[in-house]
Amino acid sequence: MDAVAVDGVWKFYGDYPALRDIRLEAAAGTCLALIGRNGAGKTTLLRIVAGFSRPGRGQVRIFGGQPRDTETRRKLGFIGHGISVYDELSALENLTLYGKLYGLPDPRRAAREWLERTGLARVADGLVREFSRGMRQRLAVARAFLHEPQVLLLDEPFTALDDKAIAVLQRLLREALASGKTVVMSTHQLREALELATHVALLTRGQVAFHGPSTPEMVADPGYVYARYGEG
Amino acid sequence: MRFFRQVWVVTVKDLRAELRTKEAINSSLAFALVILLMFSFAFDPLADTTREMSGGLLWIVFAFAGTLVLNRSFARELPNDCLDGLIAAPVSGAAIFLGKAVANFLLVLAVQLISLPVFGVFYSVPWTDQFPELLLVLVLGTWGLTVVGTVSSALTVNIRLRELMLPMLTYPIMFPALLGAMELTATLVTGNPIGPDKSGFLKMMIGFDVIYTAVSLVLVETILVG
Repeated sequence: MDAVAVDGVWKFYGDYPALRDIRLEAAAGTCLALIGRNGAGKTTLLRIVAGFSRPGRGQVRIFGGQPRDTETRRKLGFIGHGISVYDELSALENLTLYGKLYGLPDPRRAAREWLERTGLARVADGLVREFSRGMRQRLAVARAFLHEPQVLLLDEPFTALDDKAIAVLQRLLREALASGKTVVMSTHQLREALELATHVALLTRGQVAFHGPSTPEMVADPGYVYARYGEG
Repeated sequence: MRFFRQVWVVTVKDLRAELRTKEAINSSLAFALVILLMFSFAFDPLADTTREMSGGLLWIVFAFAGTLVLNRSFARELPNDCLDGLIAAPVSGAAIFLGKAVANFLLVLAVQLISLPVFGVFYSVPWTDQFPELLLVLVLGTWGLTVVGTVSSALTVNIRLRELMLPMLTYPIMFPALLGAMELTATLVTGNPIGPDKSGFLKMMIGFDVIYTAVSLVLVETILVG
């Protein structure tokens, strides 16, 4: 069974089809990089896979379940454009909150462990509004990984990250992939993404222009996929 | 049991965030006290007609002050896309809604309980004589206001004129509950108990709260996810 299966998904904004008959799948333990120009539909697709938005037609399955099923949501971790943590709460309070919402047996301990792993332990009690951008991004990473999700959905995860945060995220993603988890990420940072990606999907104007395994040519030249399968 | 634990987690989170910033409660409380003071200048507090309409005045103040709290409810989730984090969690929309409604209820009720003694002084009414019944009316009216306001806050969270849209959606729907609350409060703050002629208003408020709570719990998942 595929970890993520997108079957004939359409999404309309008014009459405009933002996604047209998208068919993609990602097996467990693989990393699918969604690439494409701005407005190609990457974020729309990821939000549908995450269950934040319903498709106009077609369906999405996560390990056979619907994205909005409670059990499916336990298996999903998401990093979007926002960091989804509260400025008025401390880093520890934020992670403990999510730990409780995900029903972890010891949310506070899990929160402390992930603050340690993302290098934020010394500012655990600091309010998020006082954090630098890089620290906030690392906290967002900790939030997404906190409940040990089986599928990680990352929307441009390397954007605005400092070197340290990129290193932390890449290390965590490698560990996740090694332990059989699935990663689907949209990105413009092809070099960072293709170091991790086992598969690549190119979206052009809401359609899949290419979907296949990552090849050495792609890793050597990040522009290769656009030149070969895209609109140049 | 798990559902109510999740409701409580959301309630505590909202209360903690609000008590750290005091954005909504300070503006709501200041608004309530200033309007009560201004009304006391506009009407003769010793006139019988003023006492008869004091329940209505009080609920006008509570409704407008309450909206200031309710406006912040889902708007608080906008910075950093926190609503995505909540929706992504394995928590039903109903639990998120109920948690927020309980937090709003406690905040609005706190504003009301602070405003009441001020109201008693400015309008020279024996508001403590029927306090348990008055508290019941406050609880029923405030729950109705927070349920309708919280669901309207979810509906308007992504539109630019949400501060304007929220009261426009909330007040027409709230009309039956506000009517009951005004009638009963006017009776109680003048020291009279709720007689058989007014008990219908109490039943109407209970019915309003039950119906709108049930409808909101059913609809909120669709409102949040679309």
